[in-house]
Amino acid sequence: MLEIKNLHVKLEEEDKQILKGVDLTVEAGKVHAIMGPNGSGKSTLSYVLSGRDGYEVTEGAATLSGADLLEMEPEERAAAGLFLAFQYPVEIPGVGNMTFLRTAVNAQRKARGEEELSAADFLKEVRAKAKALKIDADMLKRPVNVGFSGGEKKRNEILQMAMLEPKMCILDETDSGLDVDAMKLVAEGVNALRDAGRGFLVITHYQRLLDHIKPDVVHIMADGRIVKSGGPELALEVENNGYADILAEVN
Amino acid sequence: MGVPAQKQTATEALLSTLTLPTAGCTRSAREAALARLREMGVPGRRDEYWKYTRPDTLIAPEAPRAATFHTDEPMMFDAIDRLKIVFVDGVFDAEASDALEMDGVRIERIEDICCKDIHWAKDLYGVLEARGQSPVPRPLAALNTAFAGDGIAIHVTGKPSKPISLIYRHASESSDALLHHVIRVESGAEVTILENGPAASRFNKCMEIDIADGGTLHHVRAQGRDHERRAVTHMFTRLGAGSVYKSFTLTVNGVLTRNEQVVELTGDEGVAHVAGACVGDGDFHHDDTVFVTHDAVNCESRQVFKKVLRNGATGVFQGKILVQPGAQKTDGYQISQSLLLDDDSQFLAKPELEIYADDVACSHGSTSGAIDETALFYLRSRGVPQKEATDLLTLAFLAEAVEEIEDEALAADIVSRLEGWLARRA
Repeated sequence: MLEIKNLHVKLEEEDKQILKGVDLTVEAGKVHAIMGPNGSGKSTLSYVLSGRDGYEVTEGAATLSGADLLEMEPEERAAAGLFLAFQYPVEIPGVGNMTFLRTAVNAQRKARGEEELSAADFLKEVRAKAKALKIDADMLKRPVNVGFSGGEKKRNEILQMAMLEPKMCILDETDSGLDVDAMKLVAEGVNALRDAGRGFLVITHYQRLLDHIKPDVVHIMADGRIVKSGGPELALEVENNGYADILAEVN
Repeated sequence: MGVPAQKQTATEALLSTLTLPTAGCTRSAREAALARLREMGVPGRRDEYWKYTRPDTLIAPEAPRAATFHTDEPMMFDAIDRLKIVFVDGVFDAEASDALEMDGVRIERIEDICCKDIHWAKDLYGVLEARGQSPVPRPLAALNTAFAGDGIAIHVTGKPSKPISLIYRHASESSDALLHHVIRVESGAEVTILENGPAASRFNKCMEIDIADGGTLHHVRAQGRDHERRAVTHMFTRLGAGSVYKSFTLTVNGVLTRNEQVVELTGDEGVAHVAGACVGDGDFHHDDTVFVTHDAVNCESRQVFKKVLRNGATGVFQGKILVQPGAQKTDGYQISQSLLLDDDSQFLAKPELEIYADDVACSHGSTSGAIDETALFYLRSRGVPQKEATDLLTLAFLAEAVEEIEDEALAADIVSRLEGWLARRA
């Protein structure tokens, strides 16, 4: 589903290479996790895939179900089925959470040539999905992420994901800033979305999230490359020994 | 201190084209206003409060021509049940207006009250304007008091069932209109005043509002799309104890708009909110000049002004909170912000606080900035196209000002006009 080939990326503003040849394939129905030390390029990968400004792809390719992601605007990538759960969800004062969700859902439907969701249908769906994530009516009414706690912001990301039903979900350190209970809620939200047609790329520093969202494949990223891939046991190895051993081994 | 020769010449040049109306009861007020104007002289660019806005076209003996504006779209507030009072090029149009009758209010034309010996409006016409000339001179308001050709006197004694709507129509490309309205809200009474429509090629409007203890006045105004017009408006409002004044203005385009609000909180626990949202392109120039005086205990004032500027448009905000000695527990808030949609537009702000009481909370802020790129990317990453996301963020920027309107239907009408403006700019 998601295919990344030899991806090289540098910062637009300065001559700094961040990704130095990433190769990665996430198949439909699978959960891949990327772990790696700070500064290894994990977040950059998620931003480049979702189309954020400030990065220049110098080499390589990234496709989603065969479509060239790198040629698309961010909104086109979203309509094509890509979703990024932000590490730091953005606060948007003045835009109600509900308005935001509805605008996004209908914009994507429109882009795909589908009919817009009626107000009643939308409301029904959002209420049911919000309830599962313990998001109350007040959070839906408030401006997007404004005054939300860290946990509320992350749950709100998962709600968006649930509403938009993307094909490929990238979770960028969704566990950061979460307590154990909030992490369980978020993980349940993600697990509820797991199905044969959907791929996940879970970026995290810690094994703990992967206790709740069981990955099929774990990749270790270092210095802009995937240096090692393996099963879930690889995450445990990192948890027990840190990255030093693995890095020493691949170097 | 005499008036500089240059100003004197400009003043007399303007006055030479005008004739003082002979009307009876306002005669002495008009003569006094004319004397005030001669003492001050017309505004000049060196005046402290005219640094950012050129007064030339407002004081030229002949009003610059301005094309009239036509649209097939429904006019502002059309869906709102209201009592309509129509002025065409600054002249009352009885046929187009509703009967000036409603429970809880008495409405008269200024010229109709003039023959009466005793009338509440005589104690208001020109009175608040004269009070508002200090410490900042407002010569164009004095000009208005002296020469206003028409206007309405509204005496609110109860709670009229629907808003009173002043509708302006612009028919002649060379119209030069001066309107002067006076409104007295009695104790415990409550009214909503609406204003909208292109008024004239050059429009000078003055409104004096006196709200007695416990009275409430809501004011919602829309200054429309007749882009070539020039307008200067003054609203002088005096609030008694426990009274409420809430005013909101939407401005969409216009080569020159200067809106002055002079608010005086004279009784304890008064509440005054003045707000404005404006959107403009190109040679759009919009100036909000606000002066709020706290002269009583426990009063609250808010100034919320938001401007969206594009393609070289200019926004000006000059806002002041003056807290007089003894006006303890004052809660004053002032925010003026501009959203610059490109590098060519400019926002000039002069926030001022002057405080002579020691137990007050006053805050002010002024910012100028572009669309938040992070928020824009966040929206786009959820599938919202760039234009739609920019519009959404633009409306969000204006929201704090629009939220000052209490009536939901009126607020929704304002938002739909803003959406219209955004939609016309694909």
